[in-house]
Amino acid sequence: MSFQDVVGVGQNKFIGLKNYKNLLNVHFYTAVWNSVRYCFWTLLLLIPIPIVLAVFLNSKALVAKKFFRATLFMPAITSVVVAGIVFRLIFGETPGAPLNTVLGVFGINPVEWLRNENTAMPLLVLLAMWRWTGINIIYFLSGLQNIPTELYESADIDGASVLNKFRYVTIPLLKPIIIYVLTISIYGGLSMFTESFVFWSNHSQNDSGLTIVGYLYQQGFENGNLGFASATGLVLLLIVITLNLFQLKFFGMFKKEES
Amino acid sequence: MAKTETENVIIIKTKNVKVKSKIKYSHKGLLMVILFIIIAFFALLPFYAMVLASLKPATELFRYGLNLKLDFSIMSIQNYIPLFTDKNILFLTWFKNSVLITLISTVFSLLFSSMVGYGIAVYDFKFKNAIFVLVLFMMMIPVEILILPLYKLTVTLHIINTYSGIILPFVVSASSIFFFRQFASGIPKDFMDAARIDGCTEYGIFFRIMMPLMKPAFGAMTILSALTSWNGFIWPLIQMRTDDMFTIPVGLMSLLTPYGNNYSAVLSGSVLSVLPIIVIFLIYQESFISGLTAGGVKG
Repeated sequence: MSFQDVVGVGQNKFIGLKNYKNLLNVHFYTAVWNSVRYCFWTLLLLIPIPIVLAVFLNSKALVAKKFFRATLFMPAITSVVVAGIVFRLIFGETPGAPLNTVLGVFGINPVEWLRNENTAMPLLVLLAMWRWTGINIIYFLSGLQNIPTELYESADIDGASVLNKFRYVTIPLLKPIIIYVLTISIYGGLSMFTESFVFWSNHSQNDSGLTIVGYLYQQGFENGNLGFASATGLVLLLIVITLNLFQLKFFGMFKKEES
Repeated sequence: MAKTETENVIIIKTKNVKVKSKIKYSHKGLLMVILFIIIAFFALLPFYAMVLASLKPATELFRYGLNLKLDFSIMSIQNYIPLFTDKNILFLTWFKNSVLITLISTVFSLLFSSMVGYGIAVYDFKFKNAIFVLVLFMMMIPVEILILPLYKLTVTLHIINTYSGIILPFVVSASSIFFFRQFASGIPKDFMDAARIDGCTEYGIFFRIMMPLMKPAFGAMTILSALTSWNGFIWPLIQMRTDDMFTIPVGLMSLLTPYGNNYSAVLSGSVLSVLPIIVIFLIYQESFISGLTAGGVKG
């Protein structure tokens, strides 16, 4: 489909690489840049923080673990649409909206969160953090519970510090889970769409929230240009697969299978 | 002897460490509890905001924004009434659509995915590995890319804007196949051999022996698949063309106009769409968590 000019159902014309040539435009660049940035921030924030929190949740010193685990997990079962609607309220534009009220206490003028280009991306990342921190914690927690306690005991005997234990016991043994979370986060981050759709109905100020899939939707379903949208989709697929293969190779996932 | 000496040293050392760590941990425990209370506060805040907003008059929300203070004098369940009475808000229809689609797709997805996964795990046949690699590859493709060809396909088959259009493309899910395959390959084949000796057919083995044995896998996948279709957005958005076929997320989105005239319905609808899942989650917490981490369990 990506090599065709799809007019209606059943009327296709082969146009070679023209769709790909048309991709070279400012909107598409912005979309790719936004998706990549979003993916980068989610990876940066949603892997290290949940690992540390999972270690805390796994420690014997913490009370009411089940309660905290359940609360942190609740955002993950909420649909993006509902979460987005609530975030729109909290980050409302009026001076009386919750976050602007808090800012008002410190004498900062109200911010139009969703219309401001500088706050659009942080808002998307924040929504992702709210929804995904809990679920990533659970992933890492299930990995931590598979680590035999003997390893920590023998590390204690050898006089390892807490940080050393974390660095040399926890991280290497969590590696398979980290790789798994990394893989699905790359995939999820790059193909993000619903969040941006709920915030701006896919038409944000100066494309500040446009993502690759958002662009695909605009072209394919709003402008009815299915062939061109397919080209967009294939580029996304290419990016996702390249990044993931690179990442898997880099962390030696394939080596393990060979040996 | 030397051996006992080192053993003694070890015991003393571990004792020291244990005493030390106990003292350290009591401070740490307190700090951690405080940290988690803060995080839990932020995790729950949006839920609180949502319920509160759904109880407040929409005009106030739209003009001044949401005030997080509890003010019982202006709170009422007024906002929930239009969901059931307003002729332009087909909330009950959307709810019915969501429930039906979730139910049907979960049942079929579980049945087919478990069959495929079981087949790949247990039987030896030609191209078995090729099929498995294809399944793994499918897991890596974002659903968002498939919507274009699937859209064309459903238009050609004239099943657009129907339940089948929404359910059929995702009736078998690659990640469930993978999960069932991993689970089934962990079950000893002796069960199958014993059943064969007793004259059980291959179908009988699957339905009467393996299915009960794979119960935990079914539990986890039920939740994963049901949650995916309940919360699914992009595919229903494209499939469903008329408002009587919308699912809840698509319906809520359609109410969200730039003018804010339906804000009250959007919020009360959101509460009602999240509520059932939260209740089910609180009851079946363990299976939820194992269901959503299913992919990460394998080493």
